[in-house]
Amino acid sequence: MKTDELVELLSIQVEPVRATHLRRTLWLSLAVGIGVTVCLMLALFGVPAYAFGAADLRIQAVSFLFTLSLVAIGAQLLVTVARPAEPGRKALLLMGLVFLVLLAAGLIALTSSPRAAWHAMLFSPQWSMCLICIPLFALAPFAALIRALRRAAPTHPALTGATAGIVAAASGAAIFSCCIPGSSLPFVTVWYGGVILLCALAGAVISPWLLRW
Amino acid sequence: MDVRSLETELRTLMLAGLDGDALAHRALLTGLSSHLRAYFKRRLARIGRSEADAEDLVQETLMAIHTRRHTYDRTQPLTPWVYAIARYRLIDSLRRTKASVKDVPIDEHVELFVDDDTGAIESGLDLERLLARLPAKTRRTIQLVKLDGLSTHEAAARSGSSPSAVKVTVHRGLRALSLLVKSRNTR
Repeated sequence: MKTDELVELLSIQVEPVRATHLRRTLWLSLAVGIGVTVCLMLALFGVPAYAFGAADLRIQAVSFLFTLSLVAIGAQLLVTVARPAEPGRKALLLMGLVFLVLLAAGLIALTSSPRAAWHAMLFSPQWSMCLICIPLFALAPFAALIRALRRAAPTHPALTGATAGIVAAASGAAIFSCCIPGSSLPFVTVWYGGVILLCALAGAVISPWLLRW
Repeated sequence: MDVRSLETELRTLMLAGLDGDALAHRALLTGLSSHLRAYFKRRLARIGRSEADAEDLVQETLMAIHTRRHTYDRTQPLTPWVYAIARYRLIDSLRRTKASVKDVPIDEHVELFVDDDTGAIESGLDLERLLARLPAKTRRTIQLVKLDGLSTHEAAARSGSSPSAVKVTVHRGLRALSLLVKSRNTR
């Protein structure tokens, strides 16, 4: 085939493209993924009785603030990494800062309580649920985001996958926290923050295969 | 023409194309193809690959630019966007053929436009054979619009469907075509 022929073929029909097309498809996909996870949560746990009636509302608020700010920053970053260009550092630094703030809060809470209480704070009975449910709840948003990203043009697949992993796991964790809220700050740091980071790692590892175009 | 005025000219064409101007889109792809050809030939010559391989890459890149034009941020310059796509396609091609990816240095993106090369040759892609692998309806619609040069409305009347259905069919057909080009390479 001659290149001129191809150019002719590609110019047969040139549809106008909205400037917001990429952002809209990515965010819509995330919304669909979150919707599926909410259904999954309702199927597994029913209407969350604990929600907002958590033993400590402050812990619940911290979990929400942490996860939702990760979703907000990450969703913004996704629009950047979905384009073929060098991604900026600002969003990454901002996300790192969110993790650091939570880590600092967790450490302060831990050191200000008696050493004897540490084990109970870190390993309250729900820790294994966090380990299982956050990745489980991340699956649908992650799949939806990957599907949308495959139609975009990410040139840094590992970074893109890690971002998708964080956004998916953070939205999964936000939904999960409605069912089984964390009981202490150190718990949220380790079992929310840690598991979200694990999901980011998983996303970074598998995405070079998923995001080829 | 110097690199900066080329950027201005091609970016204007890109923006018009994004607003639905088919002539501008065609001029953009034509303008880009000679620069892409020079870029790929230069890169492939270093590792002893043929000109036909360069032409394959030109065409794959043009398809990627076309099917992924929604990823261009209108507020940004065009050259880095095109360069990132071209470089990605080059690395992907080298990886498929097990050549060393280390042979692709990160250049300044303006390097893309310093040369042009209008010496087009046939690529290894056979358009007729590719079209033959599309569903019959899609193929017929593309042939009506492309080969017979009908407008969307005429093609719709001829094939007994609506103009918007014709548009969707052509759009999907071109997307399928670019997937076929990729699968041909991974085979």
